[in-house]
Amino acid sequence: MEKLSKELQVLMLKKLIEIRRFEERTVQYYQRSKIWGYLHPYIGEEAVAVGACTAIKKEDYIISTHRGHGHAIAKGADLNKMMAELFGKATGYCKGRGGSMHIADTELGMLGANGIVGGGIPISVGAGLSCKMENKGRVILCFFGDGAANNGVFHESVNMSAMFKLPVIYICENNLYAISMCSRDSVAGNDIAGRAKGYGIPGYKVDGSDVIEVFETVEKAVDYARKGNGPSLIEASTYIFLGHHPNDPAAYRPKGEAEHEKSKRDCLTNFKTKLINEKIITEAQIDEIEKDTEKRIDAAVEFAESSPEPELEKFLSEVMS
Amino acid sequence: MRELDYRDAIKEACIEEMDRDPRVFLIGEDIGVYGGAFRAYSGLLDKYGPERVINTPISEQAILGGAIGAALTGYRPVAEIMFIDFCTLAMDQIVNQAAKIKYMTGDALNVPMVLRTQGGAGRGIAAQHSQSLEAWFYHIPGLKVVMPATSYDVKGLLKTAIRDNDPVVFIEHKMIYLNKGPVPEEEYTIPFGVADIKREGKDVTIFAYSNMLFKALEAADDLAKEGISCEVFDPRTLVPLDIDALINSVKKTNKLVVVSEAAERGSIASDIMAIVNDKAFDYLDGPIKRVCGLNSAIPYNSKLEQACIPHKESIIKAVKEII
Ligand SMILES: Cc1ncc(C[n+]2csc(CCOP(=O)(O)OP(=O)(O)O)c2C)c(N)n1
Repeated sequence: MEKLSKELQVLMLKKLIEIRRFEERTVQYYQRSKIWGYLHPYIGEEAVAVGACTAIKKEDYIISTHRGHGHAIAKGADLNKMMAELFGKATGYCKGRGGSMHIADTELGMLGANGIVGGGIPISVGAGLSCKMENKGRVILCFFGDGAANNGVFHESVNMSAMFKLPVIYICENNLYAISMCSRDSVAGNDIAGRAKGYGIPGYKVDGSDVIEVFETVEKAVDYARKGNGPSLIEASTYIFLGHHPNDPAAYRPKGEAEHEKSKRDCLTNFKTKLINEKIITEAQIDEIEKDTEKRIDAAVEFAESSPEPELEKFLSEVMS
Repeated sequence: MRELDYRDAIKEACIEEMDRDPRVFLIGEDIGVYGGAFRAYSGLLDKYGPERVINTPISEQAILGGAIGAALTGYRPVAEIMFIDFCTLAMDQIVNQAAKIKYMTGDALNVPMVLRTQGGAGRGIAAQHSQSLEAWFYHIPGLKVVMPATSYDVKGLLKTAIRDNDPVVFIEHKMIYLNKGPVPEEEYTIPFGVADIKREGKDVTIFAYSNMLFKALEAADDLAKEGISCEVFDPRTLVPLDIDALINSVKKTNKLVVVSEAAERGSIASDIMAIVNDKAFDYLDGPIKRVCGLNSAIPYNSKLEQACIPHKESIIKAVKEII
């Protein structure tokens, strides 16, 4: 594999920072009740979305989960529209109808977050079918959690796309938990990537805190899919830094586990250090990126705050059927 | 009398039934250390251990199929589906299996299981976490459907559900888990098919269940100040339905308003209208009114969300239209 360009690595760092800071901000606004309902922060897992989405093109598709902000941002989503949606505003991605769990952007090929665990997995089969029928070499990245991998739809979908050789890249974010359920206690054999063997497709296990490793593996799977060889299954081991949602103290986890993971496997810190050590970027330049990101998030909040609420009459005329 | 949260009344019912019958066990997602998404089971893992408080992967179909299989072979499972919206992933097991097995086998087999779940809007969790799907289960012969509103009712009815020899769909509401209500210390059960008049009145009957019961009671309070006397009728179980009690109430008030949070089309409210029309038309002094959710999915924005479901005001308006 050729060496990654500096530009691409800096781009990935920018995305990691963008997601991290966006998510931190949403947690703050959740605590102030500006955002309500369910919010599932992606903090700690950013390298999976960023590595994966950097390996595809604008015209490719992704489909996401209830923990979907990172995927959307990595694919290039507009922070203003995202924040406005979280604030329930008319200018949000879903006109205030969806909230955190339903953000979608057809122009970006982002086929939606999903409130149903595993709900996107079979949908990716259909997107894969249309990619194949269209024959323009498009692919779809299908993100899902370790919890979702235990739902029956996983088997039906992977089997079907393997049989039909569909260009779907299944990316399982094994962040160790599905709410309180540890994947060690829920995944028989504790090897989701290993299931690929049964379907006769490539399976990869990657360190999901290493954005480069994720990128390179997804790139390989994408290339394989574009050539018409069919799906791959990638299991990215990662860790969910906060609880399942901002108010979940995650008391079910072993003491010290989160601290350990945060200190050893923080994808953002590690990647910053790597780029500085390799002299690809300076601390001052990183500060610049951080500042610029904060500014853009401030602007998104400002946009969301000042946006109008959805109008009831308009809503009713659109949705009643 | 002492007061208990709705969710603690659920827990107490489980404890009493698990102590009474070693064949009773709990199964579902995040019901172990987490105690269930709404914490109705907190402490039960410690008390009964992982063999009777079975925490599962996210596998709705296997949870319910598992409950059916255990029920067929001598146990009495209480299977929890975290949100009624997720029952969609297991409809085969509910509709084609649990509901049909006794019938299809000429009563050779029966399925003594409880499907505990919760529904309803009000928490800003949008279209896939806020539905009121009771009419789906109500529609299927072979399922009993229970929708208690108060701590007293939830405890007594859950105990009955666990002892019942047929599949029972036990539907709670996410907005009422922390509501307090009187629950006696002594043991009691509540039979299925027995409605409860939650407030007596003479001018109009308001049929309301689950969270809508409270909206109906608020409406009745306000209307009383204007001299309108409402009888608030809580069916408590939708299948079996206490039709006689409903007809008796209509005979007394001659007017009926039916409230249901679910989308109006094909709702429980629609069926209640039809039943009363068939059986008590001569006693009605005016048209039956429905107050239901809009025929829309539930949105995230709070203002829109609230506009999609009935409120005290909409019930008052309906009452005044026929009074
Ligand atoms: C079909 C279904 N079952 C249960 C839930 C409730 N639920 C929401 S998120 C979640 C855990 C999901 O775990 P995982 O797929 O590993 O994703 P993570 O939250 O770890 O990102 C559960 C059980 C749901 N939304 N949908």
